[in-house]
Amino acid sequence: MPYEFLEDIATADIAFSAWGKDLEETFIAASDATMNVMVENLDSIQPLERREIQLQNEALDMLLFDLLQELIYYKDSEKLMLRIHQIQIKKEEHQYVLKAVALGEKLDPNRHPTRADVKAVTLHRFQLVKTDRGWETQIILDI
Amino acid sequence: MAVLKALERISDTVWELPASYKEGMRVPARIYGTAKLIQEMDMAVYDQITNVATLPGITKYALCMPDGHFGYGFPIGGVAAMDVEQGVISPGGIGFDINCGMRLVTTNLTYDEVKSHLKTLVDKLYERVPAGVGSTGFIRISKKEFREVVEKGAQWCLKNGCGWEEDLELTEESGRMEGADSSKISEKAIDRGYNQIGTLGSGNHYLEIQVARKENILDEDLAKAFGITIPDQVVVMYHCGSRGFGHQVATDYLQVFLKVMESKYGIKILDRELASAPFDSPEGKDYFAAMKCAINMSFVNRQVILHRIREVFSDVFGRSAEDLGMHMVYDVAHNTAKFERHLVNSQMKDLLVHRKGATRAFGPGMQDLPERYKRIGQPIIIGGSMETGSYLLVGTSGGDQTFFSTAHGSGRTMSRTKARKIWRGQKLQREMEERGIYVRTASWPGLAEEAGGAYKNIDDVVLATELAGISKRVVRLIPIGNVKG
Repeated sequence: MPYEFLEDIATADIAFSAWGKDLEETFIAASDATMNVMVENLDSIQPLERREIQLQNEALDMLLFDLLQELIYYKDSEKLMLRIHQIQIKKEEHQYVLKAVALGEKLDPNRHPTRADVKAVTLHRFQLVKTDRGWETQIILDI
Repeated sequence: MAVLKALERISDTVWELPASYKEGMRVPARIYGTAKLIQEMDMAVYDQITNVATLPGITKYALCMPDGHFGYGFPIGGVAAMDVEQGVISPGGIGFDINCGMRLVTTNLTYDEVKSHLKTLVDKLYERVPAGVGSTGFIRISKKEFREVVEKGAQWCLKNGCGWEEDLELTEESGRMEGADSSKISEKAIDRGYNQIGTLGSGNHYLEIQVARKENILDEDLAKAFGITIPDQVVVMYHCGSRGFGHQVATDYLQVFLKVMESKYGIKILDRELASAPFDSPEGKDYFAAMKCAINMSFVNRQVILHRIREVFSDVFGRSAEDLGMHMVYDVAHNTAKFERHLVNSQMKDLLVHRKGATRAFGPGMQDLPERYKRIGQPIIIGGSMETGSYLLVGTSGGDQTFFSTAHGSGRTMSRTKARKIWRGQKLQREMEERGIYVRTASWPGLAEEAGGAYKNIDDVVLATELAGISKRVVRLIPIGNVKG
């Protein structure tokens, strides 16, 4: 699991750090961490429905913010619990462009034991940094 | 800790970090709490509240209430009154869950009359007030109608048979914030909220059946005025907000503000979550009008839930809700920014008061209070943890020191991630049942994260507000049944 929930940051909310060898892996890890706050066992989510996500942002960290917000959006608007399966991040002129395929299914509390609803991604101490081993992010989700 | 050394003791319950504490602070920060609460307070609170003190237009002090704890942007428990001409509006000073708040409802039933029905009541409430991740409500309306709902607020509920006339009078803003403009709302926000009316949400949101024991009535006259009149009277308290709709409104405008804040308005902040725009700017006004829609959504949500609660009690006891005396005591908002007039240095000033995890606490005689409470002051509903208890308090004239604001809950001391390692949901449920509290939850880990031990002592918190003179205790309420999101 390329992410961990942090005990000593945030009390009413949930903080995590996620990492990967490149941006793509890191974005997938952060997406899974966000979904894992809501659904206890991510393997219980079957890839029955597909959503294509396309985002662009001038700032790389805000691109990650936008991606996580998309997942939260689908959770409320369609009750869809999604995981990112393919992702591509490119720099095009003045902005970063993300293309991703998300697969998942509608929430069924009988098959998907839940934990806590994520209201939003906060920007408090939001970090996306390059490390020796790749990339790492630290994020606080509003619960 | 260095910060504790920098704190100046103003009184037994008021502590100050001077404006010289951090570069950019425009006013001092004042933190409310007894010496014990101050010692135990999350260190992040001091950092966050002094960041708030740097915001343009902040008046007098950046304040934090005794239940203060780690937030984002503002600490939870943060209060900041901004000058409406010079000051800013900040979504981080309101919270994503716009108009998250509390509602308290009486019954004329005693504990003895309820106890044999307790499980049935809680089970039915759990069934009829959807809770947890991804829950949707029973009200089916189109997205277009939802835009109308968020402009009309709780008045819409009355027209649709989900409330009594008196309910509106007993809701802040009479259940409808004037100036809500749904043209300032994104389609995404509508998508996230239009099917969530009448749902609790999750995290620390809950619906609780409580008892006002005789020995816990701290002011008999005030308790009577608030409708607590018989020994061991049963009441219902609940805590929820504007759901995905409000969360999206805040998220949308956070991004709008980040884009214009520095480039267009030259505002520099110490934390991106404090993204702001001048209140008197197109972006600031748009957010204010959108936020009011979210405030209304939350009033609607709590009103529809009240309707469900009345139905459930009526079903179980075979009597009408009117006959069961199911009157509202009050509905308070604790995540808002409101336009208010307050006395500052002997002059009345127009201010935009941000309260994030803080309750408005108007004292006796203040405008905007319902006629029946004008003489005595505003009822204040403070929810504690599900294991310990909650309080009904009243606003006081001493509230002028905090722009008439007080605490909103007991405040957490432990992270959710840590709490779930210490407690187990099923075990906690059994233990609570042995102690006379029957709980139903949408999530076992969610229940464990809400264990009483993860919170400050509610008695200490409310006592601190009383000692500071910003609110006064009226009744302590003990939980007997709980629906947890």
